Amino acid sequence: MAIPISYNVRNLKLRKGLTIMTALGIALTVTTAIFLMALLAGLKKAFVSSGNSQNVLVLRKGSEAELSGGFDASLFPTLKVLPGIAKDSHGEPMASGELVVVIVLPRKDGTGEVNVTVRGMMPDGLELRPGAKLVDGRWFQTGQREVVVSKSIRSRFSHANIGDTMEFGKGSWKVVGVFDAGGSAYESEVWGDVNQMATDFDRQGGYSSAYLAATDAISADALTKRVSDDQRLKLEGVLETDYYAKQTSSGGPIKFIGIVVAIIMAVGSSFAAMNTMYAAVAYRGREIATLRVLGFSRPAILTSFVLESLMLALLGAVVGILLMLPFNGMQTGTSNQVTFSEVVFSLQITWAVAAAAIGFALVMGLVGGFAPAWHAARQNILTALRG
Amino acid sequence: MTLSSFVVRNTFRNKRRSILTLLSIGFSLLLLTLMASIWRTFYIDVGAPDSARRVITRDRVSLAFFLPAYYREKIRSLPGVVAVAPMTWFGGRYKDDRPENFFAQLATDPDEYMKVASDKIIPPEQVVAWQRDRSGALVDVTLANKYGWKIGDKIILLGTIFPVNPELTIRGIYHRDPPQNALYFNAKYLEEAVPWFKGQAGWYSTQLANPDDVARVSGEIDDMFRNSPEQTKTESEKAFQLSFVATLGNVKAFILGICGAVVFTILLVSANTMAMSVRSRTREIAVLKTLGFTRQRVLSLFVFEAVALAVAGGVLGILGATGLIQLITHSSIAIGIPIDMKVKLPTMGLCLLVAATVGFLSGYIPAYGASRVNIVEGLRHIG
Repeated sequence: MAIPISYNVRNLKLRKGLTIMTALGIALTVTTAIFLMALLAGLKKAFVSSGNSQNVLVLRKGSEAELSGGFDASLFPTLKVLPGIAKDSHGEPMASGELVVVIVLPRKDGTGEVNVTVRGMMPDGLELRPGAKLVDGRWFQTGQREVVVSKSIRSRFSHANIGDTMEFGKGSWKVVGVFDAGGSAYESEVWGDVNQMATDFDRQGGYSSAYLAATDAISADALTKRVSDDQRLKLEGVLETDYYAKQTSSGGPIKFIGIVVAIIMAVGSSFAAMNTMYAAVAYRGREIATLRVLGFSRPAILTSFVLESLMLALLGAVVGILLMLPFNGMQTGTSNQVTFSEVVFSLQITWAVAAAAIGFALVMGLVGGFAPAWHAARQNILTALRG
Repeated sequence: MTLSSFVVRNTFRNKRRSILTLLSIGFSLLLLTLMASIWRTFYIDVGAPDSARRVITRDRVSLAFFLPAYYREKIRSLPGVVAVAPMTWFGGRYKDDRPENFFAQLATDPDEYMKVASDKIIPPEQVVAWQRDRSGALVDVTLANKYGWKIGDKIILLGTIFPVNPELTIRGIYHRDPPQNALYFNAKYLEEAVPWFKGQAGWYSTQLANPDDVARVSGEIDDMFRNSPEQTKTESEKAFQLSFVATLGNVKAFILGICGAVVFTILLVSANTMAMSVRSRTREIAVLKTLGFTRQRVLSLFVFEAVALAVAGGVLGILGATGLIQLITHSSIAIGIPIDMKVKLPTMGLCLLVAATVGFLSGYIPAYGASRVNIVEGLRHIG
């Protein structure tokens, strides 16, 4: 017969101080783990949610990034008439030749300079990216020195509000709109007309990349191959989603440090939990012996104490998650190794992160609780009753 | 029995509890020492002896863009400049692409580089041999030892950024403190093999006559190229190295956050143990007081016990961290961790101080409670 769980709950309640302190120790470890996992989840989201699986990104062959791409503008008409491209609102093939440059802007709070990606695009570029929604003002107009900025750019840099002018290239640009890219990598960009940008950056006659919208996911694959296999073009097609997914590797160092830190803290906390459980067992020596006399089996006692330790860990995990919740959505930035500009992402405490945190805490509870529970179950009844 | 031996015996009376506490505190302090050492290497250590006299000029946007060769002469013309060397990150592979075989490979001008990097210790005849051989290479002694390279050995690097696989002959092996994982070779060799690279350099390393000139010369260099197509960013060598760290995000806040969590965890663990320890000894305390021990005496006994435990955990943690850092820096599984990272004495002192403080704080509250135990009540206590 199993020992009721209410017995463990009462025991945890009885030694409030001890329970709270041990749970807090576990909670702090869980907090650190959640922080790191949430960072990685946010970074992943920024890249994975970027791009559309029906969009094909065209780069120069051998080039890994838009910034080092670059091909002759005369190739663009050939690209545009490839089969499998969707029609835009004017009945033309939906394609955009784009120019990507990196500029340096000073941070609003005066803590140094940041690289920001500036993207020049054709009118179809906006149609290709339905995920980017205008939240304020209007889109830039073709042939005008106008730009739209993402919400995060507006909040992090001065002179990035509607009506302001930004200085880059060969002169000033008027900010006419603000867009929300839903946490994707576009969240760190400034957009404008491709021809205006080309003039300013002395890049007339060339594009950094081109975006083609396929009619559906299957023709997107076919279009990718068609671009890469065309001997005249010497270009390479890649699905936009694949391109961004590869950039998630920017989180490599954070991941490495995170794992080291989480493991060390977890080992420390497991020892602390073990200490508490040993104390719990020691205090209850006579009680355990009484339970045995009443007919509870050794496995029942073992299970009961392991359960108690798991409950302690669970309490810690819940406290840890609650402690971290206020930080959900907090924005931070890291450098993108592919675009050389800063990617902004937010801490994402997703269900998966919370579940992993609970799992992490339970492992600590199990490691910490098993040896003491074993000890409790193996106690000699007679000596324990006398003690 | 002296007081100190009394404390020691009490500390280890419940062996299992003490050992578990010790390990728990030890692991936390290991992390704290690790973080403190990283902080020290990044933000406090001055680096190479001549580092304070060197400035680095790179493209304002990114290191990935090259600077024109004529910038070098212009930088050299500024007052206070001793020598300017072009540096280019070759980023090739040696043997395979496993991270442990990664090391820095830099193309430079051997003649002027030795003036810029005068803090490298090397026999003069090796320098001359390197300067004479266009396919010669200069390597750090740590790197040479790792691969067993000797003067005259030939090695092949596989280009990843540059479409060329240079075959180099080791001509010089230098010593420097702190050591580097670096190899230098002649940029001319690279220029001949890769035509589009001709007339360019990744960045310029400039040696100044006087360390006080760093800010002035840096400003002058950047002003000079303000209206050029490739604007520059000039900073001290230390700041240049730190900019790699900065790309990871807000590292300072990150490290401080972890340290905060760690210190708080040790406080909890230590306080927990002391609370348990005091509770189980209530009767004993009453006996001590009956024997004439004053309240202060009892208080100090318990506080000492907590401090001793925490400091012992601290020693354990510091030893662990020293070992771990040795392991990491020598296996180089983590690219970007400087190989000269060490746990230095001040870091050890700081961590021990933290441990002692935490021990004191965690011991004080339960000990204060214990010292105020009413003798009669305490003797009745069943614990």
